[in-house]
Parts: sequence; C-alpha cells; structure tokens
Amino acid sequence: MEIYWVLGIPLAGGIFLALWGNRGHAPEINALFSLATLLAAAALAARIVAEGPLLVGQGWFFIDSFNVFLVALTALVAFTTALFSRPYMRIEKEHGKLTDARLRLYHSSYQVFIGMMLLALTTNNMGILWVSMEGATLATVLLVSLYRTPASLEAAWKYFILCGVGIALALFGTILLYFAAEKVLGSGGTALLWTQLNGVKAQLEPTVLQLAFVFLLVGYGTKVGLVPLHSWLPDAHAEGPTPVSAVLSGLLLNVALYAVMRSKVLVDGALGTDMAGNLMMGFGLLSVVVAAFLIKRQTDVKRMFAYSSIEHMGLITFAFGMGGAVASFAGLLHMTMHSLTKSAIFFAVGHATQKAGTQLMDDIRGLIQTNPTLGWGLMLGTIAILGVPPFGVFASEFLIITTAMHAHPWATPFLLIALGVAFASIFGKVQPMVFGETELPKLPYQPALTPVFLHLGLVLMLGLFIPPYLATWYRQAAALLGG
Amino acid sequence: MSLSYPLQVVNLLAALLLLISFAMLSQRRVVGLITLFAWQGAALAASTAIIAWSTGQHHLYYSAALTLILKVIAMPWFFYRIVRQLDVNREVESMLNIPTTMLIGIVLVIFSFNLALPISQMAGTVMRSTLGIAMACVLLAFLMMITRRKAITQVIGFLAMENGLFFAATSATYGMPLVVELGVALDVLVGVFVLGIFFFQIRESFESLDLKHMEKLREK
Amino acid sequence: MSTGILLQIAQTLIAILLAPLLMGWVNQCRAWLQGRSAPPLTQPYRTLKKLFHKDAVIAHRASPLFRFAPYMIFSCMVLAAGLVPTVANDLPFSPAADVIALVGVFALARVFLALAAMDIGTAFGSLGARREMLVSFLAEPALLMVLFTASFISQSTELPVIVDTLAHREFAIYPSLAFAAVAFWMVSTAENARIPVDNPTTHLELTMIHEAMILEYSARHLALIEWAVALKLYVYSALGIALFVPWGIAPQGDLAALPLAILALLAKLAAGGAALSLLEAVFAKLRLFRAPEFLGTAFLLGVLGMLIHFLLEV
Repeated sequence: MEIYWVLGIPLAGGIFLALWGNRGHAPEINALFSLATLLAAAALAARIVAEGPLLVGQGWFFIDSFNVFLVALTALVAFTTALFSRPYMRIEKEHGKLTDARLRLYHSSYQVFIGMMLLALTTNNMGILWVSMEGATLATVLLVSLYRTPASLEAAWKYFILCGVGIALALFGTILLYFAAEKVLGSGGTALLWTQLNGVKAQLEPTVLQLAFVFLLVGYGTKVGLVPLHSWLPDAHAEGPTPVSAVLSGLLLNVALYAVMRSKVLVDGALGTDMAGNLMMGFGLLSVVVAAFLIKRQTDVKRMFAYSSIEHMGLITFAFGMGGAVASFAGLLHMTMHSLTKSAIFFAVGHATQKAGTQLMDDIRGLIQTNPTLGWGLMLGTIAILGVPPFGVFASEFLIITTAMHAHPWATPFLLIALGVAFASIFGKVQPMVFGETELPKLPYQPALTPVFLHLGLVLMLGLFIPPYLATWYRQAAALLGG
Repeated sequence: MSLSYPLQVVNLLAALLLLISFAMLSQRRVVGLITLFAWQGAALAASTAIIAWSTGQHHLYYSAALTLILKVIAMPWFFYRIVRQLDVNREVESMLNIPTTMLIGIVLVIFSFNLALPISQMAGTVMRSTLGIAMACVLLAFLMMITRRKAITQVIGFLAMENGLFFAATSATYGMPLVVELGVALDVLVGVFVLGIFFFQIRESFESLDLKHMEKLREK
Repeated sequence: MSTGILLQIAQTLIAILLAPLLMGWVNQCRAWLQGRSAPPLTQPYRTLKKLFHKDAVIAHRASPLFRFAPYMIFSCMVLAAGLVPTVANDLPFSPAADVIALVGVFALARVFLALAAMDIGTAFGSLGARREMLVSFLAEPALLMVLFTASFISQSTELPVIVDTLAHREFAIYPSLAFAAVAFWMVSTAENARIPVDNPTTHLELTMIHEAMILEYSARHLALIEWAVALKLYVYSALGIALFVPWGIAPQGDLAALPLAILALLAKLAAGGAALSLLEAVFAKLRLFRAPEFLGTAFLLGVLGMLIHFLLEV
C-alpha cells in the first residue's frame, strides 16, 4: 500500500502545484509534499526491512532491498532540497532572475521529476522503467532552462538531445531484451517484468542480451554521465538553478545507474561471463580519469562539482562492474555518500554563488568572513567528497580501491592518480573561496543550511559507524547484484 | 521467396522506410524534411497495420493508429506551424556535405545489416528480416541528428530515430507490450510539447533556430 | 530457331522505326505540360527526312573519325536495341551479349561521340566531351549496380532470363527493385541528356552537355546522331520496361501472345514517355556541379537495392 503513496504523493503534488500557481506558500507546499513522500518512503522501507522483497500491484511494482534503499535516499534528498530551494528560489526571484510563472513551473516539475524517479525505481517493468526515465528527463529540461539565459537554453537543449538519443538507444536495448524474453516467457506484458526475467535469465539468448546490454549501458550511461557521453552533464548542472543541480547530481544519476544495474543482473545471468562487468569497468574507469583531469581546468564552481559527479559516478560504475560482495557493497555505500555529500555541496555553493552574484571561482572569496556557517559548510562538504576520513566517502572509496587492488591491480594506479588529481584541484580551488580575503559585507540573511549539515552529519556518521540494519540492507542489496 | 503477399508488401514498405531515411539525409529544405517525416510515419503505420491484419496481433492496430495520429497528422502539422510562425530559414544546414553523409550512411546500413543478421535469424516473427532495415533507420536518423545544425532538424532526426525503433519492435517481436507502447507514445508527445515551448524560448534568446549560436558551452 | 531470328530482326526494326515516334511523343507531352502548342507526333521523322536531304558541311580539319563516328554511334544503338527484349523474349543474339556488354556498347558509342566532338578542336566540342565524360563516369557504375540487382534476383546477367524470372515465374514483390527503379530513372536522365542533368533543348553554353558535342554536325551525320539519340532513349525505356514492368512480353515460343505483347509495349512506352516528360516538367535542371551528387545518389540507391536484396530476398 505504501508504494502507492510513495508514487501518488509527488504526482499529485505536481498537479496540485501546477493548479495552485502563485497563490502564496507554494515553496512550503512543495516541501510538505516532499515530506509526505519521505514519510511514505520511510514506511515502505520499514516494511521491506521487516518483510523482505515485495511484489505488489499484480507484479507491476517490485521492491527489494536494492531499490528501497534508493527510494529512501531519493525521498530524503528530495525533501532536503525542497527545504533548501524555499529561501534560495525566493532570493532568486528578488534578484529578478525568476518570475511567478516560472516558479510555478519549477515547483510543479520538481514534484513530477521526483515522482518519475520513484516510479523508475519501483517499477518491475523494464519498459516502464524506460518510460519513467524519459519522463524524468522531460520534467527537468524546462527546469534547466529556467533562467532563460542563452547559456541555460543551450545547456537544456544539449541535455534534451543527448539524453534523448541516449534514451532512444536504451529503448532499443529494451526492445532486444523483450525480444529475448518473449521466446521464453511468451508475448505480452509479463515478458518485461524484471522478476519474471530474473527467474528465467539463464535461458535468455546470450547473443541478443549481449547486444541489448551494450545498448542499455550506452543509453542509460548517457544519463549516468559516463564519459564519453557526459557532455550534457556539466552544462546542465552549471546553467540550471542550484536545487535542480543538486537533484540531478544527487538523484537522477543514481536512478540511471540503477537501471543499468537491473539490466546487468539479467545479462550476467544469461551470459555467465564478465562481459557486462568489464564494459562497466571500462566506462567507469574512463569517466574517473577523464573527469579528474577536466576538473583541473574548470573555472565555474558548479561545473567543477558537476565533473566531480562524473568522476564519482564513474567510480561507482567501476565498483559495480567489478562485482562481488565487497565491491557491490562499496558501490552502494558510495552511491549514498555521493548523493548526500554532493547535494550538500550544491546547497552551499548555491548560497555562495547567489551571494557573490557569479559562479566563477576566482570571484568568490572569503566565504568564512561573509558567513562562517556557509564557509564551513562548503569546506566540510568539499573535504567529505574528496574522501578525507572520517567522512563516509573515505570508507567507500577505500573499499573500492582495496577491492580493485585484489581483483584488478592494473586499475589501481589510474584510480589513485585520478583521485589525487581531483583532490588537489578541487581543494586548491575551494580553499581560497572559503578562506580568502573579501570586501563583501556579511550576508544579510541566514542561509538555509540545515540540509547541508544534516547531510554532512549523516555522511560523517556513516563514515564512523554503519548501523547494523543498514549494513544488512546493503549486504542484501549487494548479494542481489551478484555478490 | 515464399512469403505471402501482405508480408511482401511489408518488406516493400520496409525498403521504403529506408529510402525515406536516405531521402531525409539528403533533403536540403526544412519543409521537405517535415513532409518526408510524415511519409515515413505513414509507411510505418501502414506496415504495422498490415502486420496486425496478417498475423492477427490485434494490439498492433492500436500502435498503427497511434502512429498515424501522432506522427502523420499531429506532429507534422505542429512542425509546419512552428516553421511558419518562427519563419525558420528554409535551408537545412549540414555540417558535412551531403555526398559524404550518404557514403557514411551506406556504411551504417551495411553495419546494421550485419549486426541484425544473427538476431533476426532467432526471431520468431514472419518479418524478421526487416530488423536490419529498422536498425539502419535508427542509425541513419542518428547520423542526421549529429550532422545537422538546426534545432528543428535535430528533433526530426530524433523522431525519425524513434520511428526506426518502433519498426524494430514491430519486426522483432510484433511490438512491445501495449502499456509500454502507450508510455513511449506519451513520452514522445510530451517531448514534442516541451520542444515546442523550447523552440520559442530559443528563438526568443537567439532570434534563430540555428544551433551554431549555441556553441558557447564547450568542454574546457 | 528461325522464328527466333525473325523475331530478333523484327524487334530491332521495330526499335529503329519506333524510336523517333517515342521522341515525338515525349516532346508532345512536354509541350502540353508546359502549356505550349505541341509539335505533331511525327515531327522527329520530318526532321530526320529533312536532314537526310541536305548536303553535309564538314570542317576542313576534320579527320575521317569525324565522318565515321555517326555511323558507329548509330550502329551501336541498333546493336543495343537488339539486346533488349521488347516484344518477345526470344532473342537468339542475347547469349552473345549480356547486360554488362550492353553497358559496354553504350560506353563505346559515347567514346566515339566524345572523340568526334574533340576532333574538330572547337572549344564547345571539348567542353561538351569533358562534361559528358564526367557525367558518364558517374552514371555507369550506378547503371551497373541497378543491373546487378536485377541479375542477383534472377541469377543471370542475360536480359531474357531476367525478364523470364520477373515476368513469368510466380509473382513476387522485390523491394530491391524499387530502389533500383529510382536509381535507374536517375541514371537514364543523365545518360539520355534529359532534365535534371542536361537539357535536350538548350543551346546555352553554360549548361549544355550533349548539344555541345554535336554542334559541328550537319545533314546526314546529324540525322544519324539524332536518330541514335532517339534509339538510345528507346533502348533505355525498353530496358526499364524489361527490368521493372516486364509483364506482357511474350515468353519464348509463344507466338500467340505477340499481338498482345505489341499492344502492351506501345502502352508502356506511351506511359513511360508521359512519365518522363512529367518528371522533366517537375524538376529543374541541376547546376552542372550538382550532377555528380545526383548521380552519386543514384549509385547509392543502386547499392542499397543490392543490400536490400541480400537482406530481404535471399
């Protein structure tokens, strides 16, 4: 039952906010809907923890430990982002960058976007998964171009077209999957149900699935932001409003990777080889290395953290590609850490850029003077994402690298160099932003930094101590991914 | 050749689809491109309907109707309107000259025929051999997307790609389950709607639909 | 066998005699479509007659090749006409020369025409020859591709066998032939100096190709060349009919089908001529440097046709 709440609340929220318009308190209503979604997601998670995998709605929805954890994460970040966007968007409006009509679009699309992601996560049907992924893209295209500046339009266009092409390839992969499944399961709606497919995966035609996986990986991989299909990502992150950057980076990329992983489980079962894993490792490693070196050359702070997202998604893809219990566990952990940390960073960056009136790092200085909380928030977030202990990112990166040393020693130097380069460049750029000298006056208002510290607190906690139920949860999910 | 006549007609329509894909690749005018797109949709709808009739797969009638309404009537009409309203420059600008594009196209066709061969042999449908054509259509549309400069041509390329995918689904498996097909159609519809808004936004800021203005964001 | 030889001779004669009529018909249709009052159907015959009665004027510097070329070209076309089944499928000559040889015969005629054009040494002659060579070197591979597609279907390069396969076996739709047909139309416009590649009525130096080559000819030489041009159009039409709409051609040894076959041929030629003039009215002439692109497309369609054959029809 909870599942219907989880899906229904954001979609209802989208419609309601579209109708509600500018009658006031729209940001609060937005946050309220997100909170309701979070509560429903928590209830769903509690039920899964208690009862195990759940197949509801005549098999149309399937929730196991893998996706319920993503559902919870998505709902949480969606809620905190809604909290953050309330003051942020108000100030953007005061600056004259937004109008009421656009805010209405923003709130409505935001809820629809969250709803689409949750649908993608919970559906059992690989076709619906595709549909909702595309729906999530469409919901955000107009959000990326919300400022209507030439650059934001260009970014949104690139986002639309590249992800459109990617998703079209994924559709072809889905068609091939159905084609293989149909012979075993017979035609009709059930042949695309993941649970059904999972049951017969060993009988699926290997050649077809091989090809299908290539298409699915390239297709959904475009959305994950894997190099060389990443070029939409920095643009969309840099030019869209900051809350949108936060949810794109923190959530959409995860959901896309989730789609890849669901396919990988099937393909592994059918092929019995490491083909899928190797492909993912290749793409992942390439993304890590290329992104790390591109970070060095960035001048725009949001772009820089967008490339950092590519790097981390590459790392997660690499971890999942290695497979095995530890690597998958690390991958899931890193997914969580990255979502929480990266969205926290974007919150802090959002306030910083709003204050400075620019996204160029050279022009942002001395945040610690203008607002100490903001300065520390950005600094701690940066330290966390760079994998400094005791933050959780360290734990997951450590696990990934040690596993890589055992299983694929050749990859370790690349990973270490890339992480080192990323560390040096990001830290070197953020440090003067926080501690440099500035003439700017103090912030006239208190930024909404609760979400930042909430996220960072969670990341810190998970770095020191993973609660046993969460660990069990991860372990189950890792086992599911072929651990 | 021991196929029944309806299926021979389907084969002919498949060939026609490929021919239209090439014609789109060589088309120099935006309006011509839209017309060709409508024709492609018509060929697609016709072939889907014939398959539905000859194999008794009734859900394919819905797909055919959906294609007819969306891709032959609604979208071309919408595009014509946009072209008229925005007064888009008639010439399609291509980044590669057209003969080169065509040559690449031929290579893509050979590639996709080869790729499709092992798969189509496994298919249980009567018109499996058209899978290669469907794949070729997808790749040709993709080629059109990456070689064209205008926003509207890129979108038509995208939709043509979707046509190819749709045809692939029909030829390999008699189409996807109806729910999925409806979802896809909905997505495409919303996508085109979003694009309509988008065109106006682009037009407002750049006073043109030419994407060469949109080259500020480069990988640095 | 003897009926075969008789039919062979009859078909060739029909071709020679009917060719100017076809040309007249095309001109008439085109005039109608352009809203002009049409010349009579028999105008090409009158022109030929007039030309044969005139005295030839030949440049002083002309070599014997210049005089010889029209005869050569005309006989090449007659030979070509003998290779394509039009009324009956019973052609004893055909084993001697298949479709590839047919392309060779066309090429031979073209080489002589180009040589003769350059022989006098006028600027127009060599300009025309150069353009003609440009067009033909692109058109020939495309034509070969079209013919290959048909040959693959019937597993033979001999036209009577191709016609037999397409017309007299179980009816089947060949998608590859649809591609080949479009390509064939494109090639034949180029080869016959029609719009959109060339314009048969133009005398504008910037655009003319074929006309530039025959400017120096007069009287009987010109008549022979004009007749050869008409024959070439006829042969191409016959080839198109044989490859794409072969129904009606009498099968081997079936004399009873002959009257119907003749009627079918006339009807098809009339329709083909009308279609040709319609297409000429619809299309504009391409600039010369667009011609390679046009013919490149024809080649591409030919290749596609062949690929489709392997994909769908094997």
